[in-house]
Amino acid sequence: MAAGVLTGVRQVLRGPRLVSAVFSCHGQTFSSAAAAVKSPAAATDTAATEKILNFPLTQPDYFRLSELFTMKDLFEARVHLGHKKGCRHRLMGPYLFGSRLDIDIIDLEQTAEHLQRALNFTAHVAYRGGIILLVSRRRQFGHLIETTAQECGEYAHTRYWKGGLLTNASIQYSPGVRLPDLIVFFSTLNNVFQQHVGIRDAAKINIPTVGIVDSNCNPSLITYPVPGNDDTPVAMEMYCRLFKMTINRAKDKRRQMELLKGISASV
Amino acid sequence: MAASGCRGVRSILWKNRSCGKNVCVPRSKMVPQLPVRQIYVSSSLWKKNLAAAGPQKFTQEFIDKQVEEFEVGKRHLANMMEEDPETFTQEDIDRSIAYLFPSGLFEKRARPFMKHPEEIFPKQTAIQWDAKGRPFHFLFYTGKQSYYSLLHDVYEKILAIERHQDKMRNKGLFTSDTKQILLTGSRWLLKEEIEENLVENISDQDYMRLIQLMEKLLSMPYCSLEKEFILKFRKQLEVQSSKYEIPALQYDPQGVAFSVADGRRKTAKASITLRDSGSGNITINGRNYLHYFPVLQNRVQLMFPLLFVGMMGRFDIEGSVEGSGHSAQAGALRLAISRALLSFVSEGEVEKMRQAGLLTADPRIRERKKP
Repeated sequence: MAAGVLTGVRQVLRGPRLVSAVFSCHGQTFSSAAAAVKSPAAATDTAATEKILNFPLTQPDYFRLSELFTMKDLFEARVHLGHKKGCRHRLMGPYLFGSRLDIDIIDLEQTAEHLQRALNFTAHVAYRGGIILLVSRRRQFGHLIETTAQECGEYAHTRYWKGGLLTNASIQYSPGVRLPDLIVFFSTLNNVFQQHVGIRDAAKINIPTVGIVDSNCNPSLITYPVPGNDDTPVAMEMYCRLFKMTINRAKDKRRQMELLKGISASV
Repeated sequence: MAASGCRGVRSILWKNRSCGKNVCVPRSKMVPQLPVRQIYVSSSLWKKNLAAAGPQKFTQEFIDKQVEEFEVGKRHLANMMEEDPETFTQEDIDRSIAYLFPSGLFEKRARPFMKHPEEIFPKQTAIQWDAKGRPFHFLFYTGKQSYYSLLHDVYEKILAIERHQDKMRNKGLFTSDTKQILLTGSRWLLKEEIEENLVENISDQDYMRLIQLMEKLLSMPYCSLEKEFILKFRKQLEVQSSKYEIPALQYDPQGVAFSVADGRRKTAKASITLRDSGSGNITINGRNYLHYFPVLQNRVQLMFPLLFVGMMGRFDIEGSVEGSGHSAQAGALRLAISRALLSFVSEGEVEKMRQAGLLTADPRIRERKKP
């Protein structure tokens, strides 16, 4: 069930640049979303469920997330401000306009596009009942992120990341634990300016990641990088607000669809 | 099984050989036989690795069944002892089991007992996620959910107090001399006590961090808003002197107050009667203390409690002592006098006597001879 969340989503939403032969999610391999044989008695029920799950994937912006933010909002939240030119990461070059007064300026057109894609993916994951883990190691915003997670019914980890949390999960937690289906990094660096261990671990376990990458971060292992400022409180509050609204919207939509299915089935 | 298989194969081979001599067996019917090699393995391969399995886990149904059996057994026991099954408590159970199964074993834990399954089977942590696999707690993936959620709550309160401060500043009512929380006579909960409360293991650094956050909360002017929350983490220190049993003050027919107390030191046992409105006479075992204790040191031991309290000439002491040697007898008498004095002396004086060491029984005994 957990595996089924992501297969359909990734097949549709991933761009053509990524090759998708066989998806293995949490150790189980699936070649198509509807591979199982269903009993005829529950056929109509499962057909309705499949319609609920598959129809949103056919639409480009099913949850209308483009109305949540404009480029002007991003500018006013100072998302375009990066670090100093000397701190610039080699791979962040394409996402930057350049530098002004020695400060790197992030291209907000690209940011808007990436953010739209990231929010869309998050919404689809939340719609299908996936577990979303919000991660950041910035102590300034730890409380904010934990509150955001609490308010949208998802999970947060803004504390010291113990070694085998993802890779050694059956021993760190209990056997049979379900790992997160999406990890959102509000800041990809930890307190000693090294890349957060969770990015590498998530890539190892095939858990997709969304990450806010600043001009001194490495965007390579992140599935949906969003170039933007991760140091200003205004910017962080905006990201938290956006993700919270996306997740709540997606979950409300799912509840609505379940209710409609219930009504149509009883009718 | 392997041996019989071998034998079977060998017999087929032999049959083929013999058939080959006399009868021509059609080729299709002949099954190509490979030579069989017997492999010897030790039984340790089939044994379960018990150490790797970890502590034994019990299912909830098993524990429920045990609880049921316990309740039924309790009623049977009550009927056996001819008591009311409804009001049969754990103490009654212990008493009945000790009566029905008398045991001469010295180790109390090895004797037969009948206790509620909750106390016998180790508590296991409940499953922390629902049917769909989603954990219940939002900080589950950190590994230490209760501890981090506690830190989250403390920080939440700090922020709330800061917002309150800002509001008061805006209104112009900000003052630094607000009601402070009284912290004297209490201490922070120890790491073990917090682990017990959280049902989780925390490290020393985690504990220090928690205490730091609580101190920060206390340092703010309006911390009295969160008084009950902070006091949950403080333990009242009990006043030590209140633990002492003060002997009752008795009055003899003449109206003179007196108190009786006992004392022990090594193997010496002493009993003292302290009479008020006396003149400082001390009689031990019927003799004057000067005769009974020729050594000065022992007499000093007798007089020290009275000297300390400043009631030297006030009391008449009548004592009996037996056992051990002269120093131990003097020590036993001293303890008995101090205890008897407790009923004549105020609370503050009791604490002073305790701190002077007058009320502590000397635990030193003779060590046995070793070769």
